[in-house]
Amino acid sequence: MSNLAFLLTQLVNALSQAALLFFLGVGLTLIFGIMRIVNFAHGTLYMLGAFLGYSLLHHTGSFWAALLVAPVIVGLLGTLFELTILRQLYRRDAHAFLMVTFGLALITGEAVRLIWGSDALQVPPPPQLAGVVFMLDEPFPVYRLFLAGAGIVVALAIWQLLERTRLGLLIRATSQNPEMVHALGVDVNLVRSGVFGIGCGLAALGGVLAAPLVTAAHGMAATAVIDAFVIVIIGGMGSFLGSLIGALLVALVQVFGNYYLPDFALAFMYLLMLLVLVVRPGGLLGKEA
Amino acid sequence: MLSLKGLNTHYGASHILQGVDLEVQKGRIAAILGRNGVGKTTTVKTIMGLVPASGGSVGLDGQPITGLPPHRVARAGVAYVPEGRLIFPDLTVVENIRVAERTPAKSWPLSRLLALFPSLNERQRNKGTQLSGGEQQMLAIARALISDPKVLLLDEPSQGLAPLVVRELARIIHLLRDAGVTILLIEQNMKLAEAVADELHIMVKGRIVYSADPQRFRTEADQVRSRYLTV
Repeated sequence: MSNLAFLLTQLVNALSQAALLFFLGVGLTLIFGIMRIVNFAHGTLYMLGAFLGYSLLHHTGSFWAALLVAPVIVGLLGTLFELTILRQLYRRDAHAFLMVTFGLALITGEAVRLIWGSDALQVPPPPQLAGVVFMLDEPFPVYRLFLAGAGIVVALAIWQLLERTRLGLLIRATSQNPEMVHALGVDVNLVRSGVFGIGCGLAALGGVLAAPLVTAAHGMAATAVIDAFVIVIIGGMGSFLGSLIGALLVALVQVFGNYYLPDFALAFMYLLMLLVLVVRPGGLLGKEA
Repeated sequence: MLSLKGLNTHYGASHILQGVDLEVQKGRIAAILGRNGVGKTTTVKTIMGLVPASGGSVGLDGQPITGLPPHRVARAGVAYVPEGRLIFPDLTVVENIRVAERTPAKSWPLSRLLALFPSLNERQRNKGTQLSGGEQQMLAIARALISDPKVLLLDEPSQGLAPLVVRELARIIHLLRDAGVTILLIEQNMKLAEAVADELHIMVKGRIVYSADPQRFRTEADQVRSRYLTV
């Protein structure tokens, strides 16, 4: 394999990995930005997305239907959770949120075990994306190329949502001063429910997309929540661009670390986080330390 | 237009507003003066629903708005220019205004606001943090006006502004009066309040203790100042 071909395939590989990490991290950071809460259930909702994707694929026969419907279901569940439980807690301190979202993670995790069992479930990629393509004569899975593209498309879509739409404007304003937004006639609670739902839906989108690579398995929740936290801490809590940069950096470290020093690959991610925190305690694009 | 009847507010154990009575007629500018900590800001926050009233009522155009959440108070027609302006720091000038534009503005569309505040017009794409204190104050007023309010609450607009900018602020308030906007102005700057207001009220310990029109206020200014305003 030529050096150039190696570099190219590994870079695209990292980009596809970054896409999955970005779906996780961006939801977590949007929720934190608006609500100042850390959603401990984020990894579990990612896993729920994968299992829902499995069932939807089997019932409809279409990966694309699963890809569309699973995030919507998880997003609606997230909104329902915000409306019924989180809303009661806004006047309490942050520990209440931690406990409650951790509780949601435990309950959802057990529910998934009851419904789908304890075994990992195979989710094949759609037939159109099953093969390999050749990049500089090197074979590369089409599905990973698709993931990289999906990551770029979703990142652009969220960016446009934040910059160009009324909802995006309200999301940015609320993350800066919710009380003022409220006093300007905007029902801030609606913005919160919406963003919590969107964040949960994005995690599920990541889960469905990850399933063909790693199967739908219980273990993905724990890995996902840790990855998501690392990305958000590196990028800066509440920063959209930060979550994008964090996902790219973590993916590069994971992919190249796995290739050169697989035994230490996991440590590199934390070293990267440590390094960033030493230089910028609030994260690369974060506001406060 | 705006009527406060026996308004009471508590912060925990402290009794801040102790029965505020105030009527602001349509098209008038009412100013509340008073020392620090007598409840002036709490009055506007209670009107906005940002602080819960523990007794009494707030009415707008005869409709009770007591106990409504802030967004409902705003939608009923009350616009809020808070103490310290509270501009969104990372939004541009235009974006700051757009946050408050819930429906297309009729009386005060963006074009009219930018004509009224030329300095904002020149800095449309600047972020909130890049504005001077005076520009931030004008932006906070523009942001409040775009919702076509029935009543404008101005909390200490002159705070921290240079005399020249305070004069510009007075000019703007006069313009708003000419346009028929009803205003409740909270001020420590007696000169500004006297120059723009149709009626002056003085608050001491959570109550309005003195009310006068500017003519009478001017003749009694010395006694009023030594009795209610100097520390």
